[in-house]
Amino acid sequence: MPRPPARARPLSPHLDIYRWQIGNSLSILHRLTGIALALGLPALTYWLVSVAGGEHSYAMAAKRFASPVGVACLIGWTFAFLFHLLNGVRHLFWDAGYGFERTQRHASGWFAVLGALALTLAVWALIRHFAP
Amino acid sequence: MSLRTPLGRVLGMGSAKDGTGHWWAQRVSAVALVPLTLWFLFSLLLLPDLDYATVKVWLALPISGFLTVLLLAVSAYHSYLGTTVVVEDYVHSAGMKVLTLLTLRFLYVLVCGAGIFAILRVMLGS
Repeated sequence: MPRPPARARPLSPHLDIYRWQIGNSLSILHRLTGIALALGLPALTYWLVSVAGGEHSYAMAAKRFASPVGVACLIGWTFAFLFHLLNGVRHLFWDAGYGFERTQRHASGWFAVLGALALTLAVWALIRHFAP
Repeated sequence: MSLRTPLGRVLGMGSAKDGTGHWWAQRVSAVALVPLTLWFLFSLLLLPDLDYATVKVWLALPISGFLTVLLLAVSAYHSYLGTTVVVEDYVHSAGMKVLTLLTLRFLYVLVCGAGIFAILRVMLGS
């Protein structure tokens, strides 16, 4: 059957038409932190493989993780994990049918971002405290 | 009046053909990852030191080795489900999409397999 000629059809509104606000920002951040954590998986495996490889390979890996780039990545992954965790729980509440009111959505959103930031600071303060 | 066939209705899979399977697997693995990831984070934070001897003894403990294997496997599965959706959303050409999804699948099995094998080596002391 021949296809009907293409015609300009009305499209649903695209992403860029919406006002930037906490809802869509956190949705995007959830995906970004998920991708960051996916990249963290090979790093975790690298660390585990270095333990299996013996003292020398572990020292090499530890040196890389302790380098400025390594520490920056680890801090980034800490925040990515904590935010993805808190915002993921927020999603699970929605899936169960709770927390859809405007004020609840905003409050839980801010709780997820600020909570993740505060916990990241707490985790790294602990690390700095015990391993200066 | 429904236009769906009785068979289509009883299978309940809709036009996507696999129903809510992907969505549900993502939630179930997410729930499993809450205790697993928190256990891992706290275990590392509570270790007296992160030098080779301490980490090796810790990882060789049956409970740590076992839970770390679970952490890797469930994380890889959850991450695979998530990144698959990202690829499906942003890679538009059919060929590139299949190629990216296959590569992703191979990489996840490779990374997860290597990690589990490393833990087994530490636990079995070889």
